[in-house]
Amino acid sequence: MSEKKTNRRDFLFTATYAVGAVGVGATIWPMIDQMNPDASVKALASTEVDVSAVNPGKTITVLWRGKPVFIRRRTQDEIAEARSVKLEDLKHPEKDEDRAVNPEWLVMLGVCTHLGCVPLDQKGEYNGWFCPCHGSHYDISGRIRKGPAPTNMEIPKYEFVNANTIKIG
Amino acid sequence: MSDHEYTPKSKFGKWFNDRLPLLTLANHLTDYPTPKNLNYWWTFGGILTFCLITQIVTGLVLAMHYIAHADMAFDSVEHIMRDVNYGWLIRYIHANGASMFFLAVYIHIFRSLFYGSYKAPREIIWIIGIIIYLLMMAAAFLGYVLPWGQMSFWGATVITNLFSAIPLVGEGIVTWLWGGYSVDNPTLTRFFTLHYLIPFLILGLVVLHIWALHVPGNNNPVGIDIKKPSKDTVPFHPYIVIKDGFALLMFMIVFAFFVFYTPNILGHADNYIEANPLVTPAHIVPEWYLLPFYAILRSVPDKLLGVVAMLSAILILAALPWLDTSKIRSAVFRPLYRQFYWILVADVLILGYVGAMPAEGLYLLVARVATAYYFLHFLVILPVLGWKEKTLPIPLSITEPILGGSPNLATAKNKESLNK
Repeated sequence: MSEKKTNRRDFLFTATYAVGAVGVGATIWPMIDQMNPDASVKALASTEVDVSAVNPGKTITVLWRGKPVFIRRRTQDEIAEARSVKLEDLKHPEKDEDRAVNPEWLVMLGVCTHLGCVPLDQKGEYNGWFCPCHGSHYDISGRIRKGPAPTNMEIPKYEFVNANTIKIG
Repeated sequence: MSDHEYTPKSKFGKWFNDRLPLLTLANHLTDYPTPKNLNYWWTFGGILTFCLITQIVTGLVLAMHYIAHADMAFDSVEHIMRDVNYGWLIRYIHANGASMFFLAVYIHIFRSLFYGSYKAPREIIWIIGIIIYLLMMAAAFLGYVLPWGQMSFWGATVITNLFSAIPLVGEGIVTWLWGGYSVDNPTLTRFFTLHYLIPFLILGLVVLHIWALHVPGNNNPVGIDIKKPSKDTVPFHPYIVIKDGFALLMFMIVFAFFVFYTPNILGHADNYIEANPLVTPAHIVPEWYLLPFYAILRSVPDKLLGVVAMLSAILILAALPWLDTSKIRSAVFRPLYRQFYWILVADVLILGYVGAMPAEGLYLLVARVATAYYFLHFLVILPVLGWKEKTLPIPLSITEPILGGSPNLATAKNKESLNK
């Protein structure tokens, strides 16, 4: 093969394949991308929640982007418990201080990181959440402690607009 | 394919057949030489064709009344059940038809496993069959989502989330599948489209499955190669047509029992509650026909490895013709394989049972042992058995044992009848 010289025809073949591949790719991509979230779905990106009625020890669930968000007002005991856990005991080590910047309020996606079920409140072996689908146990900081879920429950982007209102997203 | 040239009798038939040889095809299908010892386990191919056609016809009718929208789907299904003339009947046939389809396909697959129908020269038939089986599972899952009940919604959430186990791109793929940030209206409309498409893909593959079958011809309970046509064969029509027809009637009795007497026993009551993204039902279970694979998924404590194990459990079947190293097809002449075959049947049934139970305590332990054995069967026992097993002598033809065959074979035939 090495002594065979590249001639005009080889060049034309290669050029044709290359242009053809780009053309096919450019035609297929819109067919694939149309399945991604559309503009109307993306437009519903943030939600404001009034949390003035939530007492310590209570959790409310709100819908954000079609998914449940847990907002728990934690008691002093729960905060102490969440902050006393050693990082080496965790499957996905995260400090409670990083997960709940305002320690009284835990705001997280109520979606099990295993296969997406909604975990149940105040259940499980770690006094936090328990996923009924495949048995994942989360602690009072929403960190995975036991079961098949690979990571802690996700903390969405949120901020306190004022003392009583949380804006998620 | 046919060994003799076929010429239509009528002048028009000849004119037509010279231009489109449809009559040659019809003649091939009626004269097709079939082993004369085929037993009733061989009637499930015809039964499965009936199931596919039933699902397509009832599905077309349901699609005339169903509305694929997150706000209306649930109500439109209730509208079918209460208002549409015979809507209840058509929907119950379609819903139970899916279960009957899987019942038949499992018998069909285990028939192949017992009689070694997947072995050379029938590997392509087998692999096409596995692809059909995968598409059936996809169609069943997509269809189960359409009524937009609680099990629909959460089943869709759990199954699509399986893709999130893929490293790096997993989350992106799940969002792409959903068309949003959770299972919602865009998900429902695309699931309806794909649910409508897949049966026709299956239909095309069934044509290839039968075409590939008609090249070497049917395997048979003795599992030997036979001359075709010969004393060992009978023409497909009328012999097999009548036998298949009778078996189909028996099957339809079972089908009708479910449709008319217990139409909801194979479903879940939770699916009569409209989908609610805030509440997961306490106990999520897939339909019965997916339970063994669900048990395998749950028995592995790691997310990615659980998904890999579940997919491998299905895909390993495609490699079966090369994992089974024995040259003897039929289990009738393989005394050891026959025992392992029944252990595998029990193993799959156990997996199905624990798949329906909560994943904890003893159930979880049993699921893990049964999962390990499942893979052990295909990856270790089958290859080793091909080398070590002492097989019984096989007859030279199907006719031989009947016309004063060897004593060994008589024993074998007895054992065969005991196993049925």
